Amino acid sequence: MDLLNAFVALSNFVLIPAIAYGSQLALGALGVTLIYGILRFSNFAHGDTMAFGTMVTILFTWLFQSWGISLGPLPTALLALPFGILGCMALLLFTDRVVYKFYREQKAKPVILVIVSLGVMFIMNGLVRFIIGPDDQRFADGERFIVSVRTFKEMTGLEEGLAIKTTQGITVITAVIVVAALFWFLNRTRTGKSMRAYSDNEDLALLSGINPERVVMITWMIVAALATVAGVLYGLDKSFKPFTYFQLLLPIFASAIVGGLGSPLGAIAGGFTIAFSEVMVTYAWKKVAGYALPESLAPDGLAQLLSTDYKFAVSFVILLIVLLFRPTGLFAGKSV
Amino acid sequence: MKKFLMATAATALMTSTAFADAHAKEVKIGVILGFTGPLESITPAMGAGAELAMAEVTDSGALLDGAKVVSIRGDSTCIDAGAATSAAERLITSDKVSAIMGADCSGVTGAILQNAARPNGIVMISPSATSPGLSTAEDDGLFFRTAPSDARQGVIMTEILQDRGVKEVALTYTNNDYGKGLADAFQAAFEEAGGTVTIATAHEDGKADYSAEVGALASAGGEALVVAGYVDQGGSGIVRSSIDSGAFDTFYFPDGMVGEKLNENFGAELNGSYGAYPGTDSEGAAKFLELATAAGFDGTGAFAPESYDAAALIMLAMQAANSMDSADFKDKVMDVANAPGEKIYPGELAKALELIKEGKDVDYEGASAVELIGPGESAGNYQEIEFADGKYSTIKYR
Repeated sequence: MDLLNAFVALSNFVLIPAIAYGSQLALGALGVTLIYGILRFSNFAHGDTMAFGTMVTILFTWLFQSWGISLGPLPTALLALPFGILGCMALLLFTDRVVYKFYREQKAKPVILVIVSLGVMFIMNGLVRFIIGPDDQRFADGERFIVSVRTFKEMTGLEEGLAIKTTQGITVITAVIVVAALFWFLNRTRTGKSMRAYSDNEDLALLSGINPERVVMITWMIVAALATVAGVLYGLDKSFKPFTYFQLLLPIFASAIVGGLGSPLGAIAGGFTIAFSEVMVTYAWKKVAGYALPESLAPDGLAQLLSTDYKFAVSFVILLIVLLFRPTGLFAGKSV
Repeated sequence: MKKFLMATAATALMTSTAFADAHAKEVKIGVILGFTGPLESITPAMGAGAELAMAEVTDSGALLDGAKVVSIRGDSTCIDAGAATSAAERLITSDKVSAIMGADCSGVTGAILQNAARPNGIVMISPSATSPGLSTAEDDGLFFRTAPSDARQGVIMTEILQDRGVKEVALTYTNNDYGKGLADAFQAAFEEAGGTVTIATAHEDGKADYSAEVGALASAGGEALVVAGYVDQGGSGIVRSSIDSGAFDTFYFPDGMVGEKLNENFGAELNGSYGAYPGTDSEGAAKFLELATAAGFDGTGAFAPESYDAAALIMLAMQAANSMDSADFKDKVMDVANAPGEKIYPGELAKALELIKEGKDVDYEGASAVELIGPGESAGNYQEIEFADGKYSTIKYR
């Protein structure tokens, strides 16, 4: 019984939040990694792309709510998600046409494109704040919990409670579907193969009759979809605030680099590595140890490895270690 | 051509003297608050409170023989010391303000005091900086606050928790001067009174994911969670995450957390939680509320009364010194704020200015029962709040 309590406490405070957070990071990192792999630069505007897609989704969610349309226990935002993705695609294709295309034709160096993306980031940043404002927006509706602490305790009679939020469930399920669809697309379809060919060698791909502009366009569209899905899931699970999305850029890049830039599989592994390390290294193990160990061994202190102040340091230490010993990341991507 | 030049020169001369004339009758007061940033939801009412006092004085025409008081706003951002300092620099050097009503958050207040106010010799009265560190800061007699130090709030928090029989609490604070100062003050007071703080952990503002912090807090346990943060920022995130994961269901909210947002964000989920923020049931508070309602802003907002008082004290001190120069009136602030003298409440600033002009003493009570002690800070009155039926209400004054 005690071991069960220990496991429930661990799941409630470590495993479930980390899995949900990790899925969100992984989706974000997939977008970054695709752009790096195919367009060959680090897109700093990714966090704000996520914010833009989420914003469009929120606006449509509000519209549907005002029409009285809902999905019952599921959040209305899922219904608005396709519109958010379309809005985000429109923005990214527009940005590509007016900004990136110019630099692509110049064959600009990646470092120039990085700085360009920085400028794009500031513009998107302002655009989102201009349209929806800098404040917190709440757009989650429907059932809040799949399992709430109280019902779990009543059901099992355990001392520890377990909560699974609807949004956490949706996050994981959506992430699995999206990742599966992406891999199927990249590995099985003609277009996916042409994208990988373009990523491997631009000139050879061109010679084999692959239209680079089409590859670039499809990449942006996929990135828009990934960014919007990641942003909406994150916003549903936590809250939407433009500033938080901007800050999300750091853990997302850490995930992509730890996994290996340019490697989709690595992005997923990186997302979970970062999420789990942030939560686990700073977790106070007192409660879990108290249940799991015999009384004489139970710790008096908090059994906390690092104070939560160092939460962000953890992901960067991992990033450093990976870069020192495996510069291409866990899943040999391109070296930075 | 010559005539034309002469005429232009003459007009220029005349207008410049006219401007100078207008300047002599204009007192500029800087209002530096975090109009953007973590406190952006409560600062509009604070700014309006200060400007209400200025409008009242301007209308009376009694300050320094009919001076017009002009408010010039600056953004402290609450968190960015560099931005706050340059905002203050701009107000002092280019707008030439005579005094500063502000800043709001403790960190930026300290920065403005040391980098802008002291070098330029400008008086500043903060309505809401509560860090105990500011009590001992070097200030050349220029810094005052109508908010109490958090050392005092730590004691009040301990009393409230002990009255409710709470012996063990977990504590989380926002990682800045305000949060750290309050957390230390509270922990010291609570432990001295025999209570236990199971864990004191910091949280960063502006993040959306607080599962790591809540995990650690939950593991340490306690009867209640004390959240020394900001309602617009991480504080709410911590509360949300704690409720969702069932880590805590009773919370204690210090001043930075008490705001309309709590009702909006959580409502009935907080029933049974409690807290306290500065406030008083004195005559002045009710009067201020009336004035605020008439002026069209929320007079119950945290620190709005203190802002009115801070602005009022600046102007009364100017009148007492018969000068708008900080060096002259800085010594008068304590005189007008404390006994002896006739008690002055909100809406009576005209009367106070007249009394001072006649050479009589005034004792400014204002909206928050101002009593400046020690290094020029409010002695502190708090109102205890409790959540019931999805919103908080004041149950007691301390």
